[in-house]
Amino acid sequence: MHPLLTFAHDVMPFTKGWPDWILYGLLVFIVAFGILNTLVAPLTGISTYIERRLAGRAQYRWGPNRVGFRSMLSALPITRGLAKLADVQPIKFIGSKIPGGLLQFAADGLKLFTKEDIIPSQADQLLFRASPYVIMAGSFAAFAVLPVSFHFRAVNLNIGIFYILGISSIVVPGILMAGWGSANKWALLGGMRAAAQIVSYEIPVAIALMTAVMLAGTMNMADIVDAQRSGYGIQKAGLLGWYAFRYCGLMLVPFVVYFIGGCAEVNRTPFDLVEGESELVAGYHTEYSGFRWSFFFMAEYSNMFAVGAIATTMFLGGPLPPYPVQFTEALFGPMGNLGMILRFGEGFFWFFAKSYFFVLVMIHMRWTLPRYRVDQLMNVCWKVLIPIALVWFVLMCGVRMVRMEMALGPEKDAVTEGHK
Amino acid sequence: MIAALGIRLGDPAAYVFLAFAAMTCGSALIVAASRNIVYSAYALLLTFFGVAGLYAFLDADFIAAAQLLVYVGGILVLILFGVMLTHKIRDINLSNETTNPIIGAAIAGFIFLALAYVSIYTKWDVVERTASPTTGEIGKAFVGKYLLPFEASSVLLLGALIGAAYLARREKEKP
Repeated sequence: MHPLLTFAHDVMPFTKGWPDWILYGLLVFIVAFGILNTLVAPLTGISTYIERRLAGRAQYRWGPNRVGFRSMLSALPITRGLAKLADVQPIKFIGSKIPGGLLQFAADGLKLFTKEDIIPSQADQLLFRASPYVIMAGSFAAFAVLPVSFHFRAVNLNIGIFYILGISSIVVPGILMAGWGSANKWALLGGMRAAAQIVSYEIPVAIALMTAVMLAGTMNMADIVDAQRSGYGIQKAGLLGWYAFRYCGLMLVPFVVYFIGGCAEVNRTPFDLVEGESELVAGYHTEYSGFRWSFFFMAEYSNMFAVGAIATTMFLGGPLPPYPVQFTEALFGPMGNLGMILRFGEGFFWFFAKSYFFVLVMIHMRWTLPRYRVDQLMNVCWKVLIPIALVWFVLMCGVRMVRMEMALGPEKDAVTEGHK
Repeated sequence: MIAALGIRLGDPAAYVFLAFAAMTCGSALIVAASRNIVYSAYALLLTFFGVAGLYAFLDADFIAAAQLLVYVGGILVLILFGVMLTHKIRDINLSNETTNPIIGAAIAGFIFLALAYVSIYTKWDVVERTASPTTGEIGKAFVGKYLLPFEASSVLLLGALIGAAYLARREKEKP
């Protein structure tokens, strides 16, 4: 019997009479739901907090600074008493070391949860209700194959990166569903724009990613990470092994193409004309309110993180640290279980640090750059990014073939290994 | 009847297969029968998804993802664009209502029986375990055994792309 089933029987004895397949199906759903919510919901929450703080800085105003641990601590009776003794205000007594507003996203979530869920009477009831779920499913499903730490991810999928490209394409019908179902012409136009934009930018994104796939010789994301451990003929390459810095910097071009295309795919500035307020009110989610509206934003922020995470995995070595990973392997290796936990933490830290770097860059871009016009947007994609991506793909094919012919040093093993 | 198809009840895989098959066929019925063409188009989403699920069930992981990427991300979006730009979406008046249910049912039944006969009595190549990972094998087949069809279809697609760009191009303003 599956260990999951025996566990469920132990914990919940009343499930013993249930047919195995019902219980198994339920458990799979519960586990997947639990993992996704504990991973993705905080990610989106933290991203919204960072976004608001940075927006506050960029626009020279306060960001969220009230709802958080600082105010919670200052509201405690003991703090109030001590502050009274010291004759200062409680909030001053706590000091400014703890950033304020840390719990703003929780308060936002609570607010959205209790808001009225308005469905326009002219809207297509079924499509209007269904679309947030389709979009969420498409953007959450990509998280299944991200290599969060060394040899740690939900699924070890052989086609990893291709799966992400495939599964995230159900977001586009979801967006069109929202746009059309709202029975609102701005929503429809916004949905159409978003779909056209995502479909167009999928091409340079996919070609840029395939350049890295071609060099690694595999689509498995964990194997792509492993392929970035060495480079330039050095086994312990560290930072130099990452694909963005390999081949004398030639790979920087697909990396930048991917990042630009990724920003466009998640509809972030300078490509956010999907929700250009001056033209389209708020785009495809104009008519949404309350919790359904928040689904769109959860999807947007989780997509932002996913773009950063994919860029990290494919071009910046994923969980690999900038120093040669073999050092910490040698250090933590003999330490048994503690060493395993330390190694896991190390990979986890570097993966999230790099991914959040991209999220930060995207947020900075949003508060710095103006937005493109729709024809400029299409020109950038079809006349600039796609030709560059294609030419670079062929170029890297040539480079790889030459290297395989020469097959120098330790590179030989990596090349033939990937070619097998 | 289910046992005749070689599905063992009690095997979790059987339920996965049945769920995907039901999803594919049920949504395909909606595609054909719905009076609202937008619903038909969205039911097609479920059909494509169910087919992708069946591919994944058969260990054809690459084809499953390609199915999603090409059909859901490409073809379905194209259909949706077409549908959403049409004038009347609900309750289309069919101009040629002359149908004969008896002959129609007879032809459909005959085709169904023929397909069922073929699928049951053909001696299929049964593979115990497919070549997993399939990606490498597919790639080698493309540039090896099936190079000519592969290249021919890419030339066809290139022609289609050039044609589309020509049609979509703005006419030069006449002086």
